[in-house]
Amino acid sequence: MYGVGGGGGGFNAPYTASARRRNHEDDEEEEEEEESGEGRVLEAWERAYADDRSWEALQEDESGLLRPIDTKTLVHAQYRRRLLLRSAASAAARIQKGLIRYLYIVIDLSRAASEMDYRPSRMAVVAKYAEVFIREFFDQNPLSHVGIVTMKDGISHRLTEIGGSPESQIKALMGKLECSGESSLQNALELVHGYLDQVPSYGHKEVLFLYSALNTCDPGDIMETIAKCKKSKIRCSVIGLAAEIFICKYLCEETGGSYTVALDESHFKELLLEHAPPPPAIAEYAAANLIKMGFPQRGAEDLISICSCHKKIKSGAEGYICPRCKVNVCELPTECRTCGLTLVSSPHLARSYHHLFPVQPFDEVSSVHPNRLGQKGGQKCYGCQQSFINPDSQSSLHVRCPKCNQHFCLDCDIYIHESLHNCPGCESQRSSS
Amino acid sequence: MASSKLYSDEVSLAVVVVDTNPLFWATAALPFADFFAHLIHYVNSLLLLNHLNHVVVIAAGLSSCTYIFDSSDASASGAADVAATFAKASRKMDEFIAEDSRATSSNGSVADGNAASLLSGALSLALCYIQRVFRSGIRHPQPRILCLQGSPDGPEQYVAVMNSIFSAQRSMVPIDSCIVGTQDSAFLQQASYITGGVYLKPQELNGLFQYLAAVFATDLHSRTFLRLPKTLGVDFRASCFCHKKTIDMGYVCSVCLSIFCKYHKKCSTCGSEFNRVMPDLNSVPDQRQ
Repeated sequence: MYGVGGGGGGFNAPYTASARRRNHEDDEEEEEEEESGEGRVLEAWERAYADDRSWEALQEDESGLLRPIDTKTLVHAQYRRRLLLRSAASAAARIQKGLIRYLYIVIDLSRAASEMDYRPSRMAVVAKYAEVFIREFFDQNPLSHVGIVTMKDGISHRLTEIGGSPESQIKALMGKLECSGESSLQNALELVHGYLDQVPSYGHKEVLFLYSALNTCDPGDIMETIAKCKKSKIRCSVIGLAAEIFICKYLCEETGGSYTVALDESHFKELLLEHAPPPPAIAEYAAANLIKMGFPQRGAEDLISICSCHKKIKSGAEGYICPRCKVNVCELPTECRTCGLTLVSSPHLARSYHHLFPVQPFDEVSSVHPNRLGQKGGQKCYGCQQSFINPDSQSSLHVRCPKCNQHFCLDCDIYIHESLHNCPGCESQRSSS
Repeated sequence: MASSKLYSDEVSLAVVVVDTNPLFWATAALPFADFFAHLIHYVNSLLLLNHLNHVVVIAAGLSSCTYIFDSSDASASGAADVAATFAKASRKMDEFIAEDSRATSSNGSVADGNAASLLSGALSLALCYIQRVFRSGIRHPQPRILCLQGSPDGPEQYVAVMNSIFSAQRSMVPIDSCIVGTQDSAFLQQASYITGGVYLKPQELNGLFQYLAAVFATDLHSRTFLRLPKTLGVDFRASCFCHKKTIDMGYVCSVCLSIFCKYHKKCSTCGSEFNRVMPDLNSVPDQRQ
């Protein structure tokens, strides 16, 4: 077993290389994909020891031999289950989503967060993925706002004001990672309730608890607080890191949120990122309304003014000019400090449109007759031109778009639904309507 | 990683999206045959810059899009004869144009002489191809997209083009645009601005190859040392859904984010009914005090 740990001199190089990659892993999605691509190439003994549940990657076949699980089909099956679930939820004739969200992330920093069943600790894992989540959240909901609340020593504390900039939130969170004492759901709910009561009526009010503890240490009757949140239409969701707790389940059921408990680190990440896409809008939760917004232009090159956000002298070309009060602001989207007008640019709005026009789930096709497919010219993935005929595995599972009948490989299927949000086949056809 | 980059030439993957809109090329100052010759010279020079460079050409027609040329196919088949390779590409292009015009005439939807090419489809194909290259391993070439656009933008493609732009931005793929037509393309201006690519509208189309070689042949690493054409101000104002007017200030539906230039009782896109205009948060209490 000594060699597995990478102790031998010869194994040092690959060990450090992959460890370094691991650090880079969450920088962007790009790097992550590379990492997983590389992970498949590495042999088991070359991998870093951190992968400490290696037996889970094995399964027994009918003759009792151990075989590695075909991860690609498994990952794809998992992804399809999620996709179908999502599309079933929004099967209603007119899709309405809560695109303008006001979300407080409540992070449990009680003693339980220092438990080391997650490596290096629950707290570190929560912080790491909270960062990933905040970036993903703003990518998918550019007009939304996030704030962070922490719970420790029985009280809760607002770490950051609710705001629209991912960087400031992440910076504040990373500076405050110490845990002690008990956590109190009631205190956190009371605090968040106070803040969320002030947001405009068209906004969807949400709270997301990342809860490590197995208990809550409250000063009063938490049932009253839950009833109050329900009345204020605050949607509370909890992701537990330990085990299911009745009070969390009750809270989520009452307020219309979701309650999930993570099994391990990757499951936790998956559960957390499920909260990034906007939830279906519930009519009584937020009143539909027209919001007055400004679309500012960049200032002229020769205009020198003081920006309202940093109080620094900037040339006009560096900032945007509020169309109502003509004050200079540095970045979009924001709220004008002087006149309170919401300032956005049209790409920010366009970023959310894919939630309203989702790509239909593709149908699975397993080519039993590769020859017949060849005649139709469907041997290649329409998107990336990759051949479906895979020399080292017999299963050439792929998918077909129900609208344009083009065939796609599994990788393209995931890319199209998760990132691109266009079907290349349908877009390459002129609709006759 | 950064230090090793300084000493080695960067390997690039250039995906070139070519507008083959017959309605545009029929009236263009530069004949399509000449344009195609410029393109072939450009593709050739990219392949000569580094033997690992990889070029893919995608045609965006009126009714369909397809892959025209892939340099990895050409080298795999052992075709050392460059002329033969490009004769094949040119034949494929001709076939595509014939096929595309047949599809257009049978479809019959393009009656007016002002239809746009399927930029959104070609960009989606390009991005799928680039994702495949990303999957190929850690030492993949640096991808970029070049759009050679002549025809005007198709407003009906807005959402799809924007989706492609954001996906390119997430994967850090710059979209360069070279406008060979007469009018600027608002889609591609935004695409190049958002993804950090170069937007250029050449003055003299007879020297198109010069522009392509001087501006668009440079790899991403070299670009940090060059003074490439700067993107001028991009207009990020929105146009309203009701009158297609460009507006400074407007009303946005909180449910579906449709933009209107004046107050409506009901959203025409998603059907939500609005009870009243949102007062601006700050101004109303001020007046009362």
